[in-house]
Amino acid sequence: MRIDCPLCGARDRREFSVLGDAAMAVRPEVGADTQTWSDWLHLRDNTAGRLRELWYHEGGCAAWLVVERDTVSHAVHGVSLVGASDAD
Amino acid sequence: MVDLIASDPWAGLLPVQAGAARLEAVDPGPLALLAPWPRAEEAMNAALRAAHGPGFPAPGRIETSGAARAIWFGRGQALLAGVVPDPSLRAHGLVEDQSDGWVVARLTGDGALDVLARLVPVDLRRLGPKGVVRTMLGHMNVAILGTSGGVEILAFRSMAGTLAHEIADAMRAVAGRAALG
Ligand SMILES: [Zn+2]
Repeated sequence: MRIDCPLCGARDRREFSVLGDAAMAVRPEVGADTQTWSDWLHLRDNTAGRLRELWYHEGGCAAWLVVERDTVSHAVHGVSLVGASDAD
Repeated sequence: MVDLIASDPWAGLLPVQAGAARLEAVDPGPLALLAPWPRAEEAMNAALRAAHGPGFPAPGRIETSGAARAIWFGRGQALLAGVVPDPSLRAHGLVEDQSDGWVVARLTGDGALDVLARLVPVDLRRLGPKGVVRTMLGHMNVAILGTSGGVEILAFRSMAGTLAHEIADAMRAVAGRAALG
């Protein structure tokens, strides 16, 4: 599996580590109730098909990436840099 | 005040010659990490040009002017090598002295890229003399710089022994295969 880093180009999977669902980059509002925070932290869809995930280019440019990947075919459909708008 | 004596990070492991490849230590001079603040990339670029010559490098590129080299070093980062960073740069981002954090080795000779092909998951045949890749050598995070006669490899100083060992082993293996014909 290779991931096409927007900064480094196509690189081998061993240079990356995966965090999981890109929903982690979109936090609930500060005043959200405990149940909302708990769901955000713990509940994930077990997607069969296209999934947006956070990957870290640890062995390269040290950028966080959003990788859209098909969990069935392992095809990578898109890679983008996590931007300032994705984090707080 | 105790007078401390600087020690050689390679501890006598370099140079190594095997077949057509040669690995030797390089003194890169001062090294400083530059990381512009958000939205200060252009200001850092201008300040760097004014103070030292090279601009802030695009991803994968090295900008050179006289003794100063500005080496792309990751997202939003460059390594300024060869000169002590001018204080004016500090207005536009983080400037951190990392001179004692890195070692630099130069690998030259006809077999150099064959040696690295055994250790690095990137095709370095496309790395030009102004190009740089951040990648891994074995399990170590490194930067590999294109130079006119080969490559320069930057690794953590604490990993100098491992770096020399990994590359020297691969050099001997490549030389051995060449000797077998
Ligand atoms: Zn990258």
